[in-house]
Amino acid sequence: MTDVSVPVTTKKDWTSDQEVRWCPGCGDYSILTAVQMLMPELGDTRENTVFVSGIGCSSRFPYYMNTYGIHSIHGRAPAVATGVAVARPDLSVWVITGDGDGLSIGGNHLIHALRRNVNLTILLFNNQIYGLTKGQYSPTSEVGKVTKSTPFGSIDHPFNPISLALGAEATFVARTHDMDRKHMQEVFRRAHRHRGAAFVEIYQNCNVFNDGAFDQILSKEARPTNLIPLEHGQPIRFGADHEKGVIVDGQGKARIVDVADVGEDAILVHDEQRAEPGLAFMLSRLATGPYEPTPVGVFRAVDRPTYGEEVQRQLVAAQERQGPGDLAALLRSGATWEV
Amino acid sequence: MTDIAAPGHQSTELDRVVIRFAGDSGDGMQLTGDRFTSASAVFGNDLSTLPDYPAEIRAPAGTLAGVSAFQVHISDHDILTPGDSPSVLVAMNPAALKANLHDLLPGGTLIVNSDAFEERNLTKAGYAENPLGDGSLKAFTVYEVPMTSLTVEATKPTGAKPRDAERSKNFFALGVISWMYTRPTEPTLEWIQSKFGNNQTVAEANTLAFKAGYNFGETAELFESNYQVKPAALEPGLYTQISGNVAVAYGLIAAGQLSKLPVFLGSYPITPASDILHELSRHKNFGVRTLQAEDEIAGVSSAIGAAFAGHLAVTTTSGPGIDLKSEAIGLAVSLELPLLIIDIQRGGPSTGLPTKTEQADLLLALFGRHGEAPVPIVAAKTPAHCFEATIEAARIALKYRTPVFLLSDGYLANGAEPWKLPDVATLPDIAVPFADGPNHDRGDGTREFWPYLRDPETLARPWAIPGTPGLEHRIGGLEKADGTGNISYDPANHEHMVRLRQAKVDGIADDIAPVELDDPDGPGGAPVLVVGWGSTYGTIAAAVRRVRARGLKVAQAHLIHLQPFPPNLEDILGRYDKVLVPEMNLGQLAFVLRGRYLTNAQSINKVQGLPFKAAEIESAIVQLLESNP
Ligand code: SF4
Repeated sequence: MTDVSVPVTTKKDWTSDQEVRWCPGCGDYSILTAVQMLMPELGDTRENTVFVSGIGCSSRFPYYMNTYGIHSIHGRAPAVATGVAVARPDLSVWVITGDGDGLSIGGNHLIHALRRNVNLTILLFNNQIYGLTKGQYSPTSEVGKVTKSTPFGSIDHPFNPISLALGAEATFVARTHDMDRKHMQEVFRRAHRHRGAAFVEIYQNCNVFNDGAFDQILSKEARPTNLIPLEHGQPIRFGADHEKGVIVDGQGKARIVDVADVGEDAILVHDEQRAEPGLAFMLSRLATGPYEPTPVGVFRAVDRPTYGEEVQRQLVAAQERQGPGDLAALLRSGATWEV
Repeated sequence: MTDIAAPGHQSTELDRVVIRFAGDSGDGMQLTGDRFTSASAVFGNDLSTLPDYPAEIRAPAGTLAGVSAFQVHISDHDILTPGDSPSVLVAMNPAALKANLHDLLPGGTLIVNSDAFEERNLTKAGYAENPLGDGSLKAFTVYEVPMTSLTVEATKPTGAKPRDAERSKNFFALGVISWMYTRPTEPTLEWIQSKFGNNQTVAEANTLAFKAGYNFGETAELFESNYQVKPAALEPGLYTQISGNVAVAYGLIAAGQLSKLPVFLGSYPITPASDILHELSRHKNFGVRTLQAEDEIAGVSSAIGAAFAGHLAVTTTSGPGIDLKSEAIGLAVSLELPLLIIDIQRGGPSTGLPTKTEQADLLLALFGRHGEAPVPIVAAKTPAHCFEATIEAARIALKYRTPVFLLSDGYLANGAEPWKLPDVATLPDIAVPFADGPNHDRGDGTREFWPYLRDPETLARPWAIPGTPGLEHRIGGLEKADGTGNISYDPANHEHMVRLRQAKVDGIADDIAPVELDDPDGPGGAPVLVVGWGSTYGTIAAAVRRVRARGLKVAQAHLIHLQPFPPNLEDILGRYDKVLVPEMNLGQLAFVLRGRYLTNAQSINKVQGLPFKAAEIESAIVQLLESNP
């Protein structure tokens, strides 16, 4: 996608003239800034970039980008974006969605976009709540969550978005959070570069309806002990002094251990390119929720032909085989007779 | 084997004949009927077909529910319908006889596979007595042919086991009927080779069975005569046989060529629309992209994305799919992007009658979205007309940047007729330009792009596609300020936009063909006007002919555009005191005509999953003619 003729731009060029209307203090702002600042570095032009969203707070995102954009209907962004990407493989297509939009009403489209490996960069803002409709529990809310629609606590078992994406045959799966711009940008850069569907879960604070949902892992003090950075080729270690690590034990289960207890060599070396997604899935299950040590970074990044390329390949092959379409010949292709 | 009657047999000339092939859904009746039709088409007859089959792939064998039938009307003059009642019925088993006998004309010819009339089959069909022996078929000329055993005997050289050999009996039946109606045999023999060529045993068995059936007709002393239906004197030209669904697919490919746009189809399999997806998927060399989506909603949503990206975008479905797509169609109304929504109507509500025809989605297409969301509607009237109607729907969608409904139905989709091939060079140019630069002065000498600044004439907004520098814009389902397209909650702007979207669709009326009035005495000449839409065209026209043949006066008008209506419709309606609207629903067009024009439209309705018979409409016309004003 990199083109030497792409003009030099700044964040300002990628910022539309629309007033941003999220609640003050919303985590969405920092994600928007991270993306707007990153765009000049990605090598795409504004005219070749399309942001597609569904419905929800996060889905207002395209209005704030000075690119092409569609604010579609609830849950359908991956399907709309699939149409854009299949029609025009030359475009860089982003999907902006949330936990309600992407995992509840639009869950079907999300898993199929991932399975098909459509060339999309999908950013799922997970705030574990419905914000736009003013505070109902979402498919990622924890059991027991008290909201307007669950006054006695939610009894729904939540989705783990990373596990879901891995189960849906995604070729790129990552997690980041709204408190660390550098980390976000690094993950977004990787996701953008990935050919095929790239799925990024972003822990995002909704300070109005679910404030502090991620505080136990994302507060400044908590991060060293409760975020497990995944880096390809590196042993999976965390803690203020890297004293903790992840191993796969004799039972084939991923576990958190004190490095001192098992020795450095026993620590699992992260390999995001493993063809088999089982280990990535295990890593996605290390934490049962954002209140205990949670991996962030790229879980999986593997190569598979993209849907758009395969569509294109069939078109080219058909032209080679049958020649370019000739309408008059097509109409005569069945049995004909002269009167 | 020859194409004409053997000496010793009489050959009688007929001007037309209606034949119905009926058997178990595993008996291959659709294939048999289709083959007979193709041979007749190439022979030069005019024709019209009516396939009628159960929704289940394999309903219980031998039962009434499992009966599959194919009716074909061939003639030496131009005809409009598959015929009200067959004069020839081929019944492959007792259930097929029981399910179809009531339609056979008195004195008609009945050819039965007598081998199948044994106790088990008779019981399954609910016959206490064998109808072949109890005198109940006296009113008909009955030919009992042991088709199963003759087929098994004839296919012996292939070495196929009797169980497998039996399966060629539909070709035996086809052979008998081909002899009886002096059809050329070569096209069918060639077709068998090309269709079954990869399994030589089957190809050979079918060939032997077909020839045996043909020779049986010729040599058995059973039939006293065979018949000739001469080629029809159709308009000169090159013809092919076409079904509605293939005509839609060809229409889409043509629309892509005529608009110089790649075609994108987002679709989910559904009866009776899937054949369009199948057909289009074969023609990738035209640059056609087909996406079999995960569901109906993704079908239309992906099409909307492709439209935004600059493709001729299409979604195909049937009624249940339209229900699911409604929200996205509303989005397309708001985005003002070109989009074709093709609804091959079937019996409803809910799953209804998937394989049967109905035209009960008109009000759904007109009003089936929340808010004021007008969508133009085009309806095809015959299988071949589906081609032209598709191009017309695409023309409106592209020119006015709007979703457009194309309504067809199960009868058109699967029915076939001869189609005089159009000269490709005479098809309309439907290309529209993309926006290529800013369109609005900021007032300070600089210019910018406003995505909702309209063409003053068409009220269409510019179509600016990604990849065009300087025209980056964001659009969505939220209400937009006129011009800039920015989100707007301003009350006055909302009313303005609602009215604008309606005005845009209403304005299309000046850009469509006026509705044609067929009244030999000039507008207002006949006492009754019959107004129809969609697939009832042929039957209404046939009924009108019959009424006129009785020396009575009746006028006909058939609507292709149902939203907006042609501008001359009001005037035409106003000239007739009595207006009859035949519909395969409970009166949807009549409801709209009454509401919009205060016309005293009378309905005649049929919702049996089958088209009207000309006689039904004929008698309704006569009744209305005789009624007091
Ligand atoms: S409701 Fe929550 S997610 Fe939505 S804008 Fe406000 S803070 Fe952000």
